[in-house]
Amino acid sequence: MDLFEYQGKQYFARFGIPISKGGVADTVDQAVAQAEESGYPVVVKAQVKVGGRGKAGGVKLANDVAEVRLHAGNILGLDIKGHVVKRLWVEHASDIAKEYYASFTLDRSAKQHLGMLSAEGGVEIEEVAVTNPDAIAILHIDPVDGLSLDAATEWVGRAHLDEEAREQAAELLVKLYACYTEGDCDLAEINPLILTPEGRVHALDAKVTLDDNAAYRHPEWEEFAGSDVEDVRETRAKERGLNYIGLSGSVGIIANGAGLAMSTLDVVNQCGGSAANFLDIGGGANADVMAAALEVINSDPAVKSIFVNIFGGITRVDEVANGILEALDRVEISSPIVLRLDGTNAVAGRAILADHLSDRLVAEPTMLDAARRAVALAGGQS
Amino acid sequence: MSIFVDENTKVVVQGISPTSQGLYHGLRNRAYGTHVVAGTNPKRGGEEIEGIPVFATVAEAVEATGANASFISVPPTFAADAIVEAAAAGVPFVVCITEGIPAQDEALAFNRLVRDFPGTRLLGPNCPGIISPGKCNIGITSGDIAMPGGPVGIVSRSGTLTYQALHELSQQGVGQTTCVGIGGDPVPGTSFIDCLAAFEADPDTLAIMMIGEIGGSAEEEAAEFIASSVTKPVVSYVAGVTAPPGRKMGHAGAIISGSKGTAQAKMDALASAGVTVALNPTEAGEAMVDVVRKLG
Repeated sequence: MDLFEYQGKQYFARFGIPISKGGVADTVDQAVAQAEESGYPVVVKAQVKVGGRGKAGGVKLANDVAEVRLHAGNILGLDIKGHVVKRLWVEHASDIAKEYYASFTLDRSAKQHLGMLSAEGGVEIEEVAVTNPDAIAILHIDPVDGLSLDAATEWVGRAHLDEEAREQAAELLVKLYACYTEGDCDLAEINPLILTPEGRVHALDAKVTLDDNAAYRHPEWEEFAGSDVEDVRETRAKERGLNYIGLSGSVGIIANGAGLAMSTLDVVNQCGGSAANFLDIGGGANADVMAAALEVINSDPAVKSIFVNIFGGITRVDEVANGILEALDRVEISSPIVLRLDGTNAVAGRAILADHLSDRLVAEPTMLDAARRAVALAGGQS
Repeated sequence: MSIFVDENTKVVVQGISPTSQGLYHGLRNRAYGTHVVAGTNPKRGGEEIEGIPVFATVAEAVEATGANASFISVPPTFAADAIVEAAAAGVPFVVCITEGIPAQDEALAFNRLVRDFPGTRLLGPNCPGIISPGKCNIGITSGDIAMPGGPVGIVSRSGTLTYQALHELSQQGVGQTTCVGIGGDPVPGTSFIDCLAAFEADPDTLAIMMIGEIGGSAEEEAAEFIASSVTKPVVSYVAGVTAPPGRKMGHAGAIISGSKGTAQAKMDALASAGVTVALNPTEAGEAMVDVVRKLG
């Protein structure tokens, strides 16, 4: 789960990471109140989960009430790359002497935590990595050891942070690491991390991705739920406990297993079609799950055909076949369905369905055949 | 021969109770012929469930039964501790199928094993397990879709695609030495490279099927290893060519970040390492059948 900047900053604050004085605002009046509270000048920042806010006019400096009203009014409702701004973060504007970069994430190759620190912050770190890789000081951290203040102190020196920033930066990095590990983040990034002319170091932005697998031990994350891009199909699928991702094609997909579901999208694509969704119904492909899956896919007006791709491992295909029939009794489906059922008890499963096949319910022997059929039924190449 | 598990493997099922997933899968594995010699449950030491003696700890189970492999399917909250417990008890091969372990716990458990228990190999988490057809099956793979006798070794990041691969080969009369599901999580205990090296060293494995998916760089690293250290023919398939960036495709590890982790990059790396890269699972099965027929 990606957090908005304001959520990321509030999360940082819990771990003692210094941030600018500020707060959220959903209306122009709230923005004004927040500006008074934070003290002028303030920065009015659009809260969207997409990069390039500044260029899109989503971040503005305001010196007085009139400017706050003007900018807050303009930014609320602004469309930034498909993300409509509904909320602002208004904070006291900081004077900036230097901009740094700091982040923690998992290095999957090294199987250890990876810290990245640079004296050249404020720009895309991917850009720095290409143009000036030496400017990024890398630190691999064994999770068993964690990050000590000594190691952090050595690290800020190696990254050539300014002398007066080093002590505060090292302490901040230890806190950021605690936020990353104890806070169960996949990513904790500060860009820019600033040094003010008065010699204070603090986080001017926050990019935090939480590990959904750890949600069970973070009841406080509930307040973070909800997204700025609402895909009604995904909301509907989530309510039914389905692992669904909305896409833009016309072939609805139901498969068991994440790999097989991904593979199904690929094969549909190879046959000249495009998938309307990713949907993994997992191991328990019973009637309830199948009915829920068909309901969600059927509610997508872009869907012209539905490809059900099941490989029975622990799931038995005869149970899946019964599940499909039961689901079809419950849900009126507007698109033709193409079935590919294989694996454990496939013969029995196909036999159960044999009498029910029609031009609305088609069975094909292989994944490729079924994909071709589903693409043809969806109107061919898209 | 086979890799990691064979007819001498003795399995302890961690977290066993009359209603546990562990018992359900453990009994299936036993029905396949796997030696399931013990179960553990801190509250049920001394009991017997379905003929499986239960011990309070893995250490006791190992001492009493000589178990040399463990099977973990406990909920995510307990899984990381269970892995470390098995390793601390000296179990050399630990299979964890649990899905949904927090990445921080997984990274910590993996590094504890590396540091304190280097004699333990972890397979998973979030994997279907391992099967050496006709000898041993630990996990949730359906035994009847596998075929004993080799000569193909399979290693895969995805569960259902592993079944698909087994099925396609068995249907064509091509058997398998061992099929390893390494799992779709960010920190798998056993990597593609570990399996490729073991298959390369196994005299009965004559060809290798490798099934990858988007996310991370494990396939690219495997490609480098294949180019330098694998002499046996490798056929590969990578799922997720059409996956959109920034979305987790079911598995915690299956995510394209920026331009990293795309299926195309992985297929290109594998192809330049001399691997036969198929565009879908059926094609991969057919390509492997061709390879095996040519071996004679």
